[in-house]
Amino acid sequence: MSAVRLRGFGWRHAGRKRWAVRGLDLRIEHGERVLLLGASGAGKSTLLAALAGLLPEDSGEQEGTVEVDGRDPRAAREEVGLLFQDPETQLVMARCGDDVAFGPENRGLPAGQIWPRVDEALRRVGFRYGRDRSTAALSGGEQQRLALAGVLALRPSLLLLDEPTANLDPAGAALIRDAVAAALDADTSLLLVEHRLAEALPLVDRVVVLAPGGGVHADGTPQAVFAAHGEALAAEGVWVPGHPTPLRRAATAPGTELLAADELALPPRLARVSLTVRAGEALAVHGPNGAGKSTLALLLGGLLAPAAGRVTATAELAGGDARTPPHRWRAPALVGRIGSVFQDPEHQFVTTTVAEELALGPRRTGRTEAQVRATVDALLDRLRLTALAAANPYTLSGGEARRLSVATALATAPRLLVCDEPTFGQDRRTWRELVELFAELRDNGHGLVTVTHDREFIAALADRQVRLEHPRRVS
Amino acid sequence: MINLEPVTRPDAPLARRNPVAKLAAALLCSVILIATLDPVAPAIAIAFELALLPLFGVRLRVLARRAMPLLVSAVGILVTLVLFAAERSGRTLIEAGPILITSGVLITALGLVLRMFAVALPGVTVVATTDPTDLADALVQNAKLPARFAYGALAAFRLVPLLAQEWQMISMARRARGVDAGRNPLARLRLFGSTAFTLLVGAIRRGTRLAVAMDARGFDATTPRSMARRQHFGRADGLLIAGAAVLAGAALAVSVAVGAFRPLIG
Repeated sequence: MSAVRLRGFGWRHAGRKRWAVRGLDLRIEHGERVLLLGASGAGKSTLLAALAGLLPEDSGEQEGTVEVDGRDPRAAREEVGLLFQDPETQLVMARCGDDVAFGPENRGLPAGQIWPRVDEALRRVGFRYGRDRSTAALSGGEQQRLALAGVLALRPSLLLLDEPTANLDPAGAALIRDAVAAALDADTSLLLVEHRLAEALPLVDRVVVLAPGGGVHADGTPQAVFAAHGEALAAEGVWVPGHPTPLRRAATAPGTELLAADELALPPRLARVSLTVRAGEALAVHGPNGAGKSTLALLLGGLLAPAAGRVTATAELAGGDARTPPHRWRAPALVGRIGSVFQDPEHQFVTTTVAEELALGPRRTGRTEAQVRATVDALLDRLRLTALAAANPYTLSGGEARRLSVATALATAPRLLVCDEPTFGQDRRTWRELVELFAELRDNGHGLVTVTHDREFIAALADRQVRLEHPRRVS
Repeated sequence: MINLEPVTRPDAPLARRNPVAKLAAALLCSVILIATLDPVAPAIAIAFELALLPLFGVRLRVLARRAMPLLVSAVGILVTLVLFAAERSGRTLIEAGPILITSGVLITALGLVLRMFAVALPGVTVVATTDPTDLADALVQNAKLPARFAYGALAAFRLVPLLAQEWQMISMARRARGVDAGRNPLARLRLFGSTAFTLLVGAIRRGTRLAVAMDARGFDATTPRSMARRQHFGRADGLLIAGAAVLAGAALAVSVAVGAFRPLIG
């Protein structure tokens, strides 16, 4: 039995000026299944951490009260289970069964009761492998399923899920959705944070929207909330069903060829593939996990040497350098021609401020200081980053970091842009901005290659598609 | 890639012993053998150790691969000492131009290399035959180490192989930003430093996330922890430790008896 009571709750992390969450009044009754929405920065993750008792008293300043079952959450830890985004940093042990047993061990459950509990938790999430399976041998979706089993083995009466599918491909996300649906019973309350409503709505009976300034913006059944606030929520970035995104296909035929991949391969990561990339065309590469999509992006971006076949740039893209393959170009020459956007934006950050980050590429390619400043200002403005110019890139939210990583690739005005899952885990607002930006680039004669799982993105933007198959299946 | 999984037969009689017992036996061997500088005691110890390997289920080929860095450094030490030792006592064996090899130099060098092997071999054997999870369990249950330390380290080790991938990814991301070192060694050093820093930042963030996730599952609870997997420390485990002491002691005794013993201190 667990009910949640928040009265005027607020939390400010030590050393921060801004309150992460403030003025929150909320009751969640026993057995309710609640979807928690709100723009990024509205304090959803802080609220979950507070409910899980993971905010030590000395780590910040609290206002109002928060109670789980009439107790301080720090004293009601055994009632609450919390599943995070990233499966990689949730698994503790080398073997699956041991990992699920980790929680019950911590709670001091007698050894005789642990293994039956482990088996029950694995069954509840529909885990397909035995206890002795190595955790490293699982796919991302299976790892997250295992992490859920680890949480359920503690039999929490309040289950908190913090964007549990954000780091997973569609197949992995479906695994988790099914596992949560199967694991929920009448004794478990659920509080779920998720951008992708299509994934979340089958699991919940109530929606709570946090207001960016603090407090609750909307609260009720999904139908009632979306009927009254659907338009506004979609504009704020929530993926509300029934609000389609505009299509941005090319109006004109593609231009000249920029880059060609000829029988390109890098076993065991990528099987043979040939394709051409043209100016004024958005090419989408899709396919199952493990098909080598990211590897192909690195090869086309001139960042990785192929084991077989070759990547050839045309004179249109590389001028006199067209005879050498892109992976042999010096880095400053490369970024003037091909821009790469990585799946994890943080991999690409090199400097200590957002503005410096944008200035780096133009400086390396020998622009004058005045040109650099003009480029930086234009990009800050275009990607809504002006207010963050002096911020450290590592402190940005997911959407801000993504916008910055795309902006850094554009700063050197490359003719070709290669992006790896640029829309991954993005809210609807950032998503639309990215589609609009890519469409503009394409319409201005740039070539665009995107490797992605995102079907909506492909539908909205792609002029041509290439499907990769798993290397094992090809050979 | 760092690989700590056992690659040997886990059901071999000595491989099955308690990990803490194996660790203690290896440590005891090492400490006793470090006491002498002569080549006789370590040579005898190596003979004992190699003879016992089948009981640990270790195949020699696997061991040789594991110990490859050790073999390479041993050859390096041997060559360096033989060519450049300051004290050239004993009989002259080879004299060719600037190269002068004497029996005294050869014995000292051989002693050092053999000692390195005799001390390292038990450790390598223990690592090769011990599952990391079993080791953590035994350290907590039998050696009474804090669970927070043992399982924290175990979980952190799971993330180590990720670092190699991460390094490659960061290096490529740097190139994609227009940052490369070219042929300038100073720029190369700077790039290495900044890549390492990014790697460190990422590793710390991942480590923090892992620690929070572990605490969310009650790792920081004050109630005494229970054990899903039991590690027993029986008579056979005690005998393994005693046996190691006896064998290492015997090797030392022989070295004293034949007059080869040269104590490390004194």
